Formats: sequence, structure tokens, C-alpha cells
Amino acid sequence: MSFLKSFLMFLCLMAGLVGTGAAQSDLESLRPLVNALAEGKYKETQKQIGDLAATGNPAVAPALEALGAGELFFRKSDKQVFIAKKAGKGYALSDPLTLEDAGETGRRAVTKIKVNNNLRRVIRSALGSLTLLAPDPKVRMAAAEAVFKAKDPEAIESLEAAIAKEIDDDVRLVMEQARAAAVLNSDGSDGDKLEAIETLASMGNREALSLLIGLRDSSEGEVQQAATRAVNTINKSLALWDNAQNIWYGISLGSVLLLAAIGLAITFGVMGVINMAHGEMVMIGAYVTFVVQELIRSSAPGLFEYSLFIALPLAFLVSGAIGVGIERGVIRWLYGRPLETLLATWGISLILQQAVRSIFGPTNREVGNPDWMSGAFELGQLTITYNRMWIVVFAILVFAGLMLVLKKTSFGLFTRAVTQNRRMAASMGIRTPWIDAMTFGLGSGIAGIAGVALSQIDNVSPNLGQGYIIDSFMVVVFGGVGNLWGTLVGAMTLGVVNKFLEPYAGAVLGKILVLVFIILFIQKRPRGLFALKGRAVEA
Amino acid sequence: MMTSFLFRALDAKAGVFVAILLAVIVAVPALNLLTPPDSPFHVPTYAVTLMGKYLTYALLALSVDLVWGFCGILSLGHGAFFALGGYAMGMYLMRQIGTRGVYGDPILPDFMVFLNWNELPWYWYGFDMAWFAFLLVLLVPGALAFIFGWFAFRSRVTGVYLSIITQALTYALLLAFFRNDMGFGGNNGLTDFKDILGFDVQANTTRAGLFAASGLALMICFLICRAITRSKLGKVLVAVRDAESRTRFLGYRVENYKLFVWVISAMMAGIAGSLYVPQVGIINPGEFAPANSIEAVIWVAVGGRGTLVGAVIGAVLVNFAKTWFTAALPDVWLFALGALFVIVTLFLPKGIVGTISQGWTAIRQRKLSAAYADGSDEPPNLPPNSPAAPANVTRAAPSSGAEPQPAE
Repeated sequence: MSFLKSFLMFLCLMAGLVGTGAAQSDLESLRPLVNALAEGKYKETQKQIGDLAATGNPAVAPALEALGAGELFFRKSDKQVFIAKKAGKGYALSDPLTLEDAGETGRRAVTKIKVNNNLRRVIRSALGSLTLLAPDPKVRMAAAEAVFKAKDPEAIESLEAAIAKEIDDDVRLVMEQARAAAVLNSDGSDGDKLEAIETLASMGNREALSLLIGLRDSSEGEVQQAATRAVNTINKSLALWDNAQNIWYGISLGSVLLLAAIGLAITFGVMGVINMAHGEMVMIGAYVTFVVQELIRSSAPGLFEYSLFIALPLAFLVSGAIGVGIERGVIRWLYGRPLETLLATWGISLILQQAVRSIFGPTNREVGNPDWMSGAFELGQLTITYNRMWIVVFAILVFAGLMLVLKKTSFGLFTRAVTQNRRMAASMGIRTPWIDAMTFGLGSGIAGIAGVALSQIDNVSPNLGQGYIIDSFMVVVFGGVGNLWGTLVGAMTLGVVNKFLEPYAGAVLGKILVLVFIILFIQKRPRGLFALKGRAVEA
Repeated sequence: MMTSFLFRALDAKAGVFVAILLAVIVAVPALNLLTPPDSPFHVPTYAVTLMGKYLTYALLALSVDLVWGFCGILSLGHGAFFALGGYAMGMYLMRQIGTRGVYGDPILPDFMVFLNWNELPWYWYGFDMAWFAFLLVLLVPGALAFIFGWFAFRSRVTGVYLSIITQALTYALLLAFFRNDMGFGGNNGLTDFKDILGFDVQANTTRAGLFAASGLALMICFLICRAITRSKLGKVLVAVRDAESRTRFLGYRVENYKLFVWVISAMMAGIAGSLYVPQVGIINPGEFAPANSIEAVIWVAVGGRGTLVGAVIGAVLVNFAKTWFTAALPDVWLFALGALFVIVTLFLPKGIVGTISQGWTAIRQRKLSAAYADGSDEPPNLPPNSPAAPANVTRAAPSSGAEPQPAE
């Protein structure tokens, strides 16, 4: 038993020795190549780099990296090459292959191996082809991308070798693209080039486009035709992606508008009340988020990731309570006089703004993004930031939630009844004043939670609300009053139209055009896109 | 005809107001120019300019009152007409600078040289001539109001919808004038003026003259408004305000009446702006801010909508308060202004002048009734309802007075 054990141990030991021995001898065979770098001028150095790269052994990569960074030195006494880093007055040396520490030396004992920009490029592509075989797929990916940028024809062979061995589909794709780029840059046959053009055309991004445009302008015959075709296809697909991007930005803007306007749509639609203080409800929601985050920072930093979820109900309650207060205190005395309501609520908005300015100061307040709100991901050629995406999702959730409340609860039923025919609803026993107060509170509360969302993408300052009030009115008036679908369609349309106009007209002019468009639209349909149908006639 | 027009404008009440205004127009410049600086009666130049500014605001308030108080059109964009008039005047003043600008270009204003423009944009042509600029002070706001009103009134956009799109109008102009390539000085606007009609804008005499001009413009516009509102046309306007559909069914072309008074009002706002600019020495896109237009509405509400005198008094009072508050208690001003909005709409729906005249009529009526009961043969009726009593504020709508109205 003990014999068997010791025998196995011996076997293992042997295997280990042989293994390291093989690796050692491998490295030793590379050493002359590395040490050769000490000799000769740029031209020789280039050849020596090529030799090193041709070994295909990743072990030479650190030496090449150091060479590119100007950290490769040779000792004058024995022409031994070392990686040297500044340490005090001299250099700390390390072995270029094993990376073991090799002591320190004075400044005059070593000489830097000089490189120029041309050599640096050679080094980069050599490194690229070397790391193509690295065990880590991320390194291989980076290497393939480096070769794609360098377009070095010499890398074709190593790329082909790497492609044959590659197991990761994504990495192989990038390698093939890099190979195609290198092929186009080489003087290979037309057949190869046509194939390469196809590979690049399927990439469909701007890098491929610039490569192909270069090829189109420099080549002739069949290759040129193919390149032209590929350029056109890519241009077309890029235009599509541009549109997709505009639509995404438009939806993103639209969801912000929707959040800001949806509360207004309720109060305006149900009560005919123009609430100019609506923007301030949004602002208060944003400040609630700020206060919540401050409290969390000072007492329970671990909860920061959940700060928005804590802020949401609080913002709803605070803004909603202020809304109910405004309705009971001021607005209910002004029913039937919409223009006076407008002035009074404007006054309230001034008071709220100044109150917030007095309490929190006039400057912008810092509201942090939790981790899950920051960063971005790529979808095709689109870059989508998480905060924008979550706001779109959030806007849709709020919309759906509000729809549910209005359609499926008795409170919603009462609200709709009051909207359609107030006196009839009152006759049926609905307490219309109570419904008014609750509806106003609901609209204000929704504005508050919109403020939580907007605090993530906008500056939290006392003027936050003012920036949204005109836009939200435009959305509500455009969409039609008393219809939440109208608000949804209105917000999204205005958002998308705005973003499509921006590239042609610029941001400001685009916005002006949208405003003019709405002014004209109101002439055509004074009651908005989705007007409530009815036989109401004013006096 | 002209005399009867003016005669109608000048009854006893208006006469008192015009007399007071005339006295101010004469007294303030005289006290500024003729008394020595150490005399207790001396009015310092800054005060003259400040009061001149109030008078232009009063003219703006008057123009808002004409459309809101008498025709029921609540404009939240009158600041746009004010600023356009101001820009027309500002362009004239810019051209008068000549070679005295920082860059010394004889034709191009400084900001154009700064932006590397080589020639004057076409819309700046003619602004070196005073008569042309003064004409455009009237025509530009008038034309914009005509186009806007033509569309809006014809498609029967009324009430809050109209208010919101007037706000959109001034907001759009605000954004537009902020752009540098519009050729109106962008963010900085037009400033650094030197001369007006050959007089130095900084001189005491010019300041006094501008004050007098503002006062005269206010007086003339007041008389015009008074004549309009007391004519048959004015009665139709009040009818439109109180029952638009009914007026239409009676056969009046409501949109034409509205358009007429709307354009007149915009021109008055333009005049106010053109007098405002040389006195404050700058015009920039901030004047288009929707908040300014809304503030002008509150001046009218404080003074009393539907009373022309009230608009003037409201503008002067509120702005005096603003000057005082922003100097003494800057933090409190917005609270005060906000509270003013709320209190006036809740407790003083007729404004100061409206409330006072209502109280006065009530007292008189009580006296008359008492006299009638004692055997006088005069019936206790009010004199034919004057436009000074806005009917729709007091009007007890039988079915829907104190209830919310769905906005459809």
C-alpha cells in the first residue's frame, strides 16, 4: 500500500520535472532571439521582431511589450537583454522571458533599445498575432481586434492558424474579420479579396465601411465593383441603424415627456384645471430622492442600491399630499374659472420654488445613480444606457399602473364618470369634491414619482420643474385631453419627431419646429389627437 | 368723427386719469432737470429711468387688459410682442453706434464682427433710419399677431388652449433668439447703445425725454383703448368675452373682432417694448421668457381686469413692490409675488380698481334706492353696464358656476 503510494508520487514528480524541463528548454531556445535585439539598427530590429513573432510562443510577448514601451534595455558588458524599470537612480532589471528579478543596475550600465513609430506598429501586430493563441478568450479577442486595426498582411498566416484552433464563435468571427482586413491590405489574389469584401460587408459597421471605401478608391476591376456594392449595402444598413437610434432616442425623450405629462393629463382632463405648479411637483419628487439618498448615505450606506425604491412611495405621498392641499386650499374655490386657476397655480409654483430654494439652496443637488442605473450595453450598432432604458420601462409601468387604476378600481370608475358627466355622476351619489381632491392628489403624486425618475438624468435644482411644464402642456394638448392613450401617443410622437428633426435642424431649431407644429396642429384639431366625443357646447 | 371718437374716450373718470398722467409727465422731468441736485424736490435721474420703465410696463399691462379684460383672450405670450418691439428699437440703436463700437466697424454691430460675419443680414437693412425702425416697432408685432390670430381665431381655439399656445409662441421665440446664427446677438442680445435720434442715451435730458415719451405713449394708447371699449365695437368685444357662441349666433363675425383687438394690443405691446429698451439699455432673449408674460397678466389682475386704469395702477404698484422687495428682502420677493397671484385670484377677482368701483356703485345704488323709496321718480337702475364691470367674473352661471369643468 505504502509502496504503491510512493510509486505514484514518484511518477508525478517525474512528469512534473519533465514538464518544467521542457518549458525551460523552450525558453532557453528563445533567449538568443531576444538577445539578438541588442544588435543592429531599426531595420535589423524589425527582422528580429519578425523572428520572435514567428516562434508563435506567447512567452516572448512581455519582451515585445517592453520593447514597444521603451522599457527593454541591454547590458553593455555582456549584451544581455533585460526589461528595466526606473528604480531610484538606476534601473530594476528583470528577465525578459521568465520575468524573474535580475537585480538592480546603474544608469550607465545599460542602454535602451531604440524603437520608432514604424517599429511600434510592427510590434503591435506581432503581439497581436502572438496573443491570438493565448488561453484567455478575452486576450484573443483583443488581439484579433488589434490585428484588424493594424491590417498587417504578415498576420494572415498566424490568423489562419488561430482560426483553425479557435473554439469560441465570437472570437473566431472577429478573427475572420481581421483576416479579411489584412487580406485586403495584402497583394493577394482577387478571389481572396472578393471573399474578404464579403466578410467585411457582413460586419456592417463604420470601421468596415472606411476600409471598404479606401479599397473602392484604390482598387480596380471586379474588386472595385464588389467594394462599391459592399459600401452601398453597409451605407444602407447604417442608415437603418441611424433611424433605429433616432427612434430609440425619441422613445427615451418621449418617455420622459410622458412621465412629466401624465399627471397633468389627469388633472387637466378630469377637472379642466390648468395646474401650472405641476412642474414643481416633479421638482419636489426629485428633492425627495435627494433627501432619501442623503439619509441613506449618513445612516445606512448599504441601502443605497435601493434608494430609488424607497424614494418612489415617499415622493408619491409627499407630492400627492401637497397636491391635495393645493386643491382643498385654493383650486376648489376657483372651479369654473380656468384662467384664474392658471394664475393662482402659477403663484403656487413660485412659492414652492422659492421655498425649495430657501431650504436646499439655489444650486444643483447631487443625486447619485445606483449601480444598476449606470453603464451601457450594445445592441447591434446601438449603445443603450441603462438609466435611459430603465426610465422607458418605468414610464411604461407607470402608464400601465395608472390605466389599471382608472379602469379596474372603483375610484377609477368614479373618476371617469366625473370626467364624462359631472352632474350625472353627482346625482348617482358620487362625492365629486372628494373625487376632485383625490384625482388632484393622484396627478400630483404621479408627478412626484416622475421626479424620482428624472432626478437620475437631469439636474436637481429648484428650476427643474419649469423646464418641463411647457413641454408637458404641449404633450397633453397635442394628445387630447381626458384620454391617457392620447398622452402616450402624444409624448412618443413629439419625442421621436424631435429626435428626427435634430440631425437636420439642430436641437434648438428642432424644438422650435415642434412648437410651431403644435401651434398649427391645434388650429386643425383644437381638442387634440384623441378628443373626448360628446355634445358639449359652451355657452 | 375723430372728435366724437376722442370725446367718447374722455369722460370724467378718464379725464381725471389723463390729467394726473399729464401732470406726472410734466412734473417728473421738470423736477429732474430744473431743480438743483441738493434740493429736496429733486428727482434723481435713476428714479426718472425707473419710473419710465414702470410706464412702459403699464403700457404692456394696458395692452394685455385690452384683450383679456374686454375680449376674454388670456394671452400668456404678450411678452413676445413687447420683446419684438424692443428688438426693432434695439436694432435701430445698434446701427446708431456706428464706428464707436469695440471693433469700430462702420456697418456691422460688434457681435457680428465677433462672429466673423462679413455683411449685414438682409433683415438688418433700413434700421439705420429712425422712421423705418419706428414703423417696424408697430409692424413686426402687428404682423406676428395678425398671422397668429388669423389662424387661431378662425379655427376657434379658445380659453386655456389659446393661452397655452400663446405661451408656446413666446417660448419658441425665446429659443430662436437665443441662437447666435439668428443674427440678433444671441444670448447677450443687443446692448451698449450710444445715441437715439442724435441724443446721447445716457444724458439726463434724453432720459427725461424718454420718460415723457413713455408717458405720452401710455396716455395716447389709454385714450385709444378707452375709445375702442366704449364704442359699439367695444360692446361686441364684451359680448364675445361673456358669451362667444351666442354672439356668433347673433350674426357677428367673432373672429374679426377678436383679430382686430388682438393686433391693436400687440402693437401697443410693441411700442411699450421699444420705449423700454433705450431706458434699460439692453434687450436680450430673456424678455421672451414665458414667466414675464405671466407676470404682466398678474399686473392686470391686481389692478383689475376690464378696467383700463386698473391695468396701469396694477403694473406700477406691482413693479414698485418688486423694486423695493428685491432690494430690501430679495428672498421674500418670490413668496410675495406668488402669494399675490393666489390672494388676488381668490379674494380680489376684480382687482383693486374693480373692487373699489364696485363698492362705490353699491353705495350709490343704496342711496338711489333710498331716494326712490322716498318718492323720487328716478328708477334705481345702474347706468348702462359699463365695460368697467367685468361681467363674467360676477356672472352667476346658473348650471356650472362653481363646479370643475372637464376641459373638452
